[in-house]
Amino acid sequence: MNTNHDLPRLLAQAYEAAPEHLRALQARLAAAAQAEGILDVAYRTVDSPVGSLLLAATEAGLVRVAYASENHDTVLQTLSDRISPRILNAPARLDAVARELNEYFDGQRHGFDVPLDWRLSAGFRSTVLHRLPEIGYGHTASYAAVARLAGNPRAVRAVGTACATNPLPVVVPCHRVVRSDGSMGGYLGGVEAKRTLLSLEAAA
Amino acid sequence: MTLKQPFGTVVAVHGPTVLRVCRAVLGTVDADDAWSETFLSAMRAYPDLPADANVEAWLVTIAHRKAIDVARATSRRAIPAGELPETATAPGAGHDPDLADALARLPDKQKQAVAYHYLAGLPYIDVAAILGGSTDAARRAAADGIAALRRTYPGVAARKGERR
Repeated sequence: MNTNHDLPRLLAQAYEAAPEHLRALQARLAAAAQAEGILDVAYRTVDSPVGSLLLAATEAGLVRVAYASENHDTVLQTLSDRISPRILNAPARLDAVARELNEYFDGQRHGFDVPLDWRLSAGFRSTVLHRLPEIGYGHTASYAAVARLAGNPRAVRAVGTACATNPLPVVVPCHRVVRSDGSMGGYLGGVEAKRTLLSLEAAA
Repeated sequence: MTLKQPFGTVVAVHGPTVLRVCRAVLGTVDADDAWSETFLSAMRAYPDLPADANVEAWLVTIAHRKAIDVARATSRRAIPAGELPETATAPGAGHDPDLADALARLPDKQKQAVAYHYLAGLPYIDVAAILGGSTDAARRAAADGIAALRRTYPGVAARKGERR
């Protein structure tokens, strides 16, 4: 019976598939799932000056942008729990936003046109985030100013929370919200990423 | 509470094993279709799968059915009876063609029992649930398959000795 211990490994070798073959099969699965309407969440990652960004979209639009510091695996698990476990690495649905992000990081693009799916934000936080695109490219606004903009001037702290939990950073520009004294304040992608984005926009 | 993994993780973790199983049962070319059908069907049903389910056994169960469908479709496309299509025995590049060839010649039940137990690592109780019949029958089918492999592919026994 000794033979049997060796057999699983020999069999596994005999039927081993190349990694690129498995990738091709996964791409075929993603295309079939998309065609059938069961690809609830598609995702991909892109490299950027602020590190690797995870992009995820539902059929409705871009639903999540995540920094590496948020841990992409954790973010995918959260998307699975909150939206649907039918999630695949399927770059095609993210092509448009990936292209726009590229243009943005090249300084060529000042706003994003892709459809957004806001379902991961609710209540006052959602109200705050919806107002952020009004802060123009290259400009900043204080947390207090955004609180006024969102219709609740006393909710300065809540604006900070809304920014810190923005499911769509970079695209929804919470990096343009700074302290009243002009200092940057915190950022969900790290202070360094905020500095990079603000200098990029100041330079263009 | 067990969290249900994103389906992409299921594909990444179990995709290679399911493909090996499909290749063992069907041959390399048809295996791609069976793999694709298996994961598409699994993705359809995934939201309803209990979070604590044995995902590998579930996938192999689906693969078993899809492999039968694909084999039927292939045989309908009129391949001369008695002759195995060449692709059915094509192995992964550079690996033991003889072992794949020997396995391809086993009766279906034995081939499937060997693949599900030795390649997918399923216990015989799960293999029996997939094949129908008792756990003992599944164990016997795998043992008969292994015995036949040993006769037609002595390399299995010899290699063990070399490696010691």
